[in-house]
Amino acid sequence: MIEIDRITKVYDDTTVVDEVSMTVETGTITVIVGTSGSGKTTLLRMINRLVEPSSGEVRINGEVTRDIPTHLLRRRIGYAIQGHGLFPHHTVARNIAAVPRLLGWPKDKIARRVDELLTLFGMEPAAFRDRYPAELSGGQQQRVGVARALASRPDLLLMDEPFGALDPIIRGRAQEDLRAIQQKLGSTIVLVTHDMEEAIRLGDRVGVMDGGRLVQHGPPEEIVARPANAFVAEMVGDAERPMRLLSLIPVRGLVEPGAAGGDPVPEGASLRDALSACLWTGRDAVPVERGGAVVGRITLDAIRGRVEHRA
Amino acid sequence: MTAGGVLRTALSLLLVALVLWPHAFAPVFAPFAPERGPVIYDRVSLLSLSLSHLGLVAAASSLAALVAVTLAILVTRPAGAAFRPLSRTLTNVGQTFPPVAVLALAVPMLGFGAWPTLVALFLYGLLPIFENAMTALSTLPPRTLEAARGMGMGRFQRLWQVELPLAAPVILAGVRLSVVIGLGTATIGSTVAARTLGEVIIAGLLTNNTAFVLQGGLIVGLFAVLIYDALVRLEARIARRAGAGSARAG
Ligand SMILES: Nc1ncnc2c1ncn2[C@@H]1O[C@H](COP(=O)(O)OP(=O)(O)OP(=O)(O)O)[C@@H](O)[C@H]1O
Ligand SMILES: [Mg+2]
Repeated sequence: MIEIDRITKVYDDTTVVDEVSMTVETGTITVIVGTSGSGKTTLLRMINRLVEPSSGEVRINGEVTRDIPTHLLRRRIGYAIQGHGLFPHHTVARNIAAVPRLLGWPKDKIARRVDELLTLFGMEPAAFRDRYPAELSGGQQQRVGVARALASRPDLLLMDEPFGALDPIIRGRAQEDLRAIQQKLGSTIVLVTHDMEEAIRLGDRVGVMDGGRLVQHGPPEEIVARPANAFVAEMVGDAERPMRLLSLIPVRGLVEPGAAGGDPVPEGASLRDALSACLWTGRDAVPVERGGAVVGRITLDAIRGRVEHRA
Repeated sequence: MTAGGVLRTALSLLLVALVLWPHAFAPVFAPFAPERGPVIYDRVSLLSLSLSHLGLVAAASSLAALVAVTLAILVTRPAGAAFRPLSRTLTNVGQTFPPVAVLALAVPMLGFGAWPTLVALFLYGLLPIFENAMTALSTLPPRTLEAARGMGMGRFQRLWQVELPLAAPVILAGVRLSVVIGLGTATIGSTVAARTLGEVIIAGLLTNNTAFVLQGGLIVGLFAVLIYDALVRLEARIARRAGAGSARAG
């Protein structure tokens, strides 16, 4: 568990991060979202002390970070930044191995970990291990950057706009991969973005920052359904709200018995997917399947009811 | 073999022949020698002059590289930033001082021979290496440095494992410049009795023997061209390793 306790950063006379407190539970993703200059990066960098807080403290599993020597603290915290920051003069394997090497892991353990991570990120170890970063696509560089940050199984992974440089399709895939890998490894992640869509899609918790203050912090459903103020409402985008909400709710909960015609949707799909299946094929209900077998149907009325109920 | 490879091999063979069997070239140089004067310089073996010439340049350039890179490292640390203007001034003065003047000033202190020449070559070699090293170390990719800091590398680990390897190609370009300047400048060391290929040229000037001047000049020129070329290729190799080449075909 990471506890951020009234942490503040003041440069000269400007307060860049203003008494931000939040708790990040182990094994969850917290996404910090806000406009440019709202203090997101500064907040993130105070966690691994690349920026020293002016006041307040951060505790990792109860341990105050101020009391840990910075280089040791940073070796426990994975850090992935926009534009990946890979070492151009080291191979992919050596890049991923960076922190394990600093920690003095034995060679064979490092080699196994490198291959394991490459496989996890869908990059054939034999084909990628010995390449240099310049010999990878942008998306592959990004994945190696995240793999490097995860290599030593850190207590915490900090990610600063890790997908900012990717095109929308690769970006969507990278987000799904991150979600899957996080669930598999049980990692604790704090991720910074200025994209509310990304925040809602990835976060177990979303924190919205404005002018250095944390103006709302909660599950994404709550941010979408009950924005704390006009700024958050604007970030969420009023017109988009129903769709955003639908994209957060799985079909599973609204399945009812009965038959419907046409292609089925999986029960893990979102209500947004179900709605779009209805609209696209002009149906009032679509069948729902689990593991290839139809288990019931979901109706347009039920979807509408769910959104109205929330609003 | 590529055209460059053919040329490189041809020039190397020519150089080796000029140094080891100078008499074979007598017919070529004869038209430039005075009547009944010697055509080929043979007071001292050209091989021993070449070796001592190259040794002097190598020693001076290595020393200059060591000092200049150390200085550049110091002034690119936050604590040393205040000394940056001063060290730039110092190395610039080293460069603007004419080497002949350095020799003249150094002889009374160090006597005749190799030492004053070494000092002049060293001072002359500092600036290009220092300037390049300083530029390279202060323009490294900020995200890479941030990543190195963020993953918990210490100061020396960052310097040895990240900063110097990434700066190496540009530093080496400075060394190359300094070596080539040194190869030419070393010839005037002969005026203070340093054993360099300048001896051949100066003997030619003193006796109005253009053949000697051509001979000495040709050998020094060939050394400069071939060493320059070798260093350029070494740089390209290192740059590719440092990722700057980014050649997928690589
Ligand atoms: N070292 C510094 N000295 C003075 N001001 C700074 C410093 N670093 C950041 N700031 C200021 O702090 C504010 C917040 O910066 P920060 O980088 O945290 O924003 P951000 O939310 O990450 O923005 P972006 O989305 O553009 O990355 C900005 O106004 C910035 O100018
Ligand atoms: Mg930022």
